Amino acid sequence: MHSFGHRANGVATFAVTILAAMCFAASFSDHFNSLSPVASVKILNTNWFQKESHGNDEVSMTLNISADLSSLFSWNTKQVFVFIAAEYETPQNALNQVSLWDGIIPSKEHAKFLIHTTNKYRFIDQGSNLKGKDFNLTMHWHIMPKTGKMFADKIVMTGYRLPEQYR
Amino acid sequence: MLVQIVSLGMIVTSALIIWKGLIVVTGSESPVVVVLTGSMEPGFKRGDILFLHMSKDPIRTGEIVGREIPIVHRVIKVHEHQESAEVDILTKGDNNLEDDRFLYAHGQLWLQQHHIMGRAVGFLQYVGWVTIFKVCLFFLNTPIDLEIKQWLPFIVHSDRCTGLTGHI
Repeated sequence: MHSFGHRANGVATFAVTILAAMCFAASFSDHFNSLSPVASVKILNTNWFQKESHGNDEVSMTLNISADLSSLFSWNTKQVFVFIAAEYETPQNALNQVSLWDGIIPSKEHAKFLIHTTNKYRFIDQGSNLKGKDFNLTMHWHIMPKTGKMFADKIVMTGYRLPEQYR
Repeated sequence: MLVQIVSLGMIVTSALIIWKGLIVVTGSESPVVVVLTGSMEPGFKRGDILFLHMSKDPIRTGEIVGREIPIVHRVIKVHEHQESAEVDILTKGDNNLEDDRFLYAHGQLWLQQHHIMGRAVGFLQYVGWVTIFKVCLFFLNTPIDLEIKQWLPFIVHSDRCTGLTGHI
């Protein structure tokens, strides 16, 4: 009853159980983190606004993204994945969410940033409904932990509008 | 001898009960998946395990979703239709330069909700390496009192032992 195999089995099982309990506790501690992120996005310029090759509207813009997400980091945080999505409604689609830019914040030191960029992913509609369209820019973030549960939330910024005419 | 066979049978069926129970509780056909490629680095590395959970809530951008082939990537575009409330979804691995259209079926531009098996809600590092090395235990030489968790990786990957390598 005390062969090497039995003992190894016993030790391994105990170790894995303790490790699992520690991972659970680490993840649970993230619930006590109070979050106070700040963000704002400015559209500096609408570079062009055309129909692309399949006839759908496409727009390219230059964005100024500034944020301070350092309060999202805890000791159990591996990285924060942040992205900006344009959200709008059209007659065919109740909701459209198009990701324009994303980035990975690897640590608290990088969490306060100011980025000047054109949209990383193409802003293409399903159809051509974008002329004069009002839309929101929402900054979403996903807190990816070193272990355990992932948290996600967002800040919705309203009041953006696309040009009335193609250019 | 008979005792050993019965004990083995009980362990296997217990593991199966836990696995099927997980499927019911999470609503996902594959509630635990192993990350096979580096397309979601640095967030998820090869050998991590992910817990998937499926609900009827419509898919939204940012969610990390898994499909029948075990590809767990992030949703970057969502178009939800007015009348039918169906959603068109586009996914992309964080670490890939391109979105996943090259992985979809020929001519397919979007995924729909029914293609999605679950959203990633939690993860554990390194635990999945056992399955990547394709350790499928069939016969045991030691007495049959192994813990159920040692059988679980086998059952998770009994249909994936053919191994999906490459840059998915």
